[in-house]
Amino acid sequence: MDTLTRIAAGLLLGVFVFTVAAPLISPWDADHIDWSAIETPPSSTHWFGTDLVGRDLLTRCALAGQTSLTIALTATTLSALNGLFWGAVAGYVGGRADLVMMRIVDVLYGLPFILVVILLVVVFGQNPFLLFAGLGAIFWLDLARIVRAQTLQMRSAAFIDAARLAGASGFWIVRRHVLRNVAGPALAWTTLTLPGVILAESFVSFLGLGVQEPATSWGILIADGVPSIESAPWTLLFPAGLLAISVWSVGIVGDHLRDHLDPLHRSVTQGPGLRHARETQPPKQGNGS
Amino acid sequence: MSAALTRVLLTVIAFLAIITLVFLLLRLAPGGPFDGERRLPPDIEANLRAAYHLNEPLPQQYLRYLSALARGDLGPSFRQKDFTVNELVARGLPVSLALGSGALVVALLLGLPLGLVAGMQPGTRLDRGLMGVAGLGIALPAIILGPVAVLVFAVKLDWLPAAGSDSAAHFVLPIVTLALPWVTAIARVLRTSTAETLSLPHIRTAYGKGLPTRRIVLSHVLPLALVPVIAFLGPATAGLLTGSVVVEQVFELPGIGRYFVQAALNRDYTLVMGVTIVYASLLLICNLLADLIVLWLDPRARARVKTRVTTPT
Repeated sequence: MDTLTRIAAGLLLGVFVFTVAAPLISPWDADHIDWSAIETPPSSTHWFGTDLVGRDLLTRCALAGQTSLTIALTATTLSALNGLFWGAVAGYVGGRADLVMMRIVDVLYGLPFILVVILLVVVFGQNPFLLFAGLGAIFWLDLARIVRAQTLQMRSAAFIDAARLAGASGFWIVRRHVLRNVAGPALAWTTLTLPGVILAESFVSFLGLGVQEPATSWGILIADGVPSIESAPWTLLFPAGLLAISVWSVGIVGDHLRDHLDPLHRSVTQGPGLRHARETQPPKQGNGS
Repeated sequence: MSAALTRVLLTVIAFLAIITLVFLLLRLAPGGPFDGERRLPPDIEANLRAAYHLNEPLPQQYLRYLSALARGDLGPSFRQKDFTVNELVARGLPVSLALGSGALVVALLLGLPLGLVAGMQPGTRLDRGLMGVAGLGIALPAIILGPVAVLVFAVKLDWLPAAGSDSAAHFVLPIVTLALPWVTAIARVLRTSTAETLSLPHIRTAYGKGLPTRRIVLSHVLPLALVPVIAFLGPATAGLLTGSVVVEQVFELPGIGRYFVQAALNRDYTLVMGVTIVYASLLLICNLLADLIVLWLDPRARARVKTRVTTPT
């Protein structure tokens, strides 16, 4: 593991521990209004300062993080299951079914997620479960493509033939052999969709269409911080910083996992580069066997 | 069937599917558009429903909408009584287009050189430094970068206006905010494809016959390495559209993204539907163009599945 990945993993763990532990340890309740400290900068009593109405920002940031991360993890899990199933079936069944299923993925790939989520919100009202469903319905496309590619490669492998000859059903083979073998790359790519899901949730909540008060998420805290950017910049900077750190570190950890778990992904960490192309001798001619 | 024709056909199918889906979703939604705080008298509501053709059976409404759409008419706005959706879109679209195309140009101008320089020497300190800095673009989405940019450049330094759309200066911060994540994405795509192109035999041959580096990069490396970047412009357009909704909100730009969010908040069904269709057609056209250009440039693409790319949101 290189230094960058270590730093990222450490930061990620830090954010995670902070969101879980801070509300338990903090003397302030998320809804408690401290009348002696309305919109005060960070101090020894309120480490992150207080918001417009005197609520402790540290506790609120941690609670918001719980919401944001829970939504992101749930939606990502849903979309991962969806993508695994879709990709494995398309790759294993092949033929016309594969063609149709992958065309559907192509079409959906062109849709911007925010339209879909906003449409769902318009139709069904503001409801946190819609966020799960909407986000989960969008972020499985990459995974479906990757799982399909892996499955296609695996389909002609000897152990699959052996299983088929032993009388195993298609469902059994997909579940027992295909899915288990694509688990590594699937995990890596699922991690890589996580930053997108976290950002998507915060975008929608920022616009006022996602998580609703009294529940809170990083997107909402950022939206609340924007109007008081001049008088109380800390109300914006703390939630924004937490969001940025989470997104960045999950991305770095995901890159690392992908480089190590996905055999089909060619990561160019070390290529020939210009100098190499210039200095390498051309292969000798005529001494083949 | 030729690959290009397949793409065109798919685009048409996708467009019809989107219209149908949006229409059904909004018509089947619980709660009508006239459920305000005040309950309307039944006969007035019946009149309203008749005026908007909501009393007709669903298939008839659908056909009516389709035929109006074919004439380029998106219908009246349910909430803003004096405006048609067309008028609102016509007012917002120039602002949104200026924002989006400006951001695309900035993303290309910054992303292409970054990706090229890093891809020429993959694995070196220069490459890792450049890509590390570029990686920040992904972690700083519009909802963070926008307000912080306002704080620094508008409030503290007072170089640029914070919000509005009165002059070109008003567009500088929004365009940069929108473009930044896509600088990173474009740089990454070009870096990978450049590094891969450099390992191909014909590049070595070019060196072997003594061509200068500049010539090799311009006429042998770039034409190949740019193909994935062009293919990437389809998803990038989708991302820019999504981002512009947020950026317009942050900087109070009166584009169609703002109308879209407002319409979503007060359930203005026709406006939401109209803006969705405008967005979808922009997007499908850009996707189709990118696909067709790639097919035209790269004969291999006719036989190959789309390259995988990860897109920031």
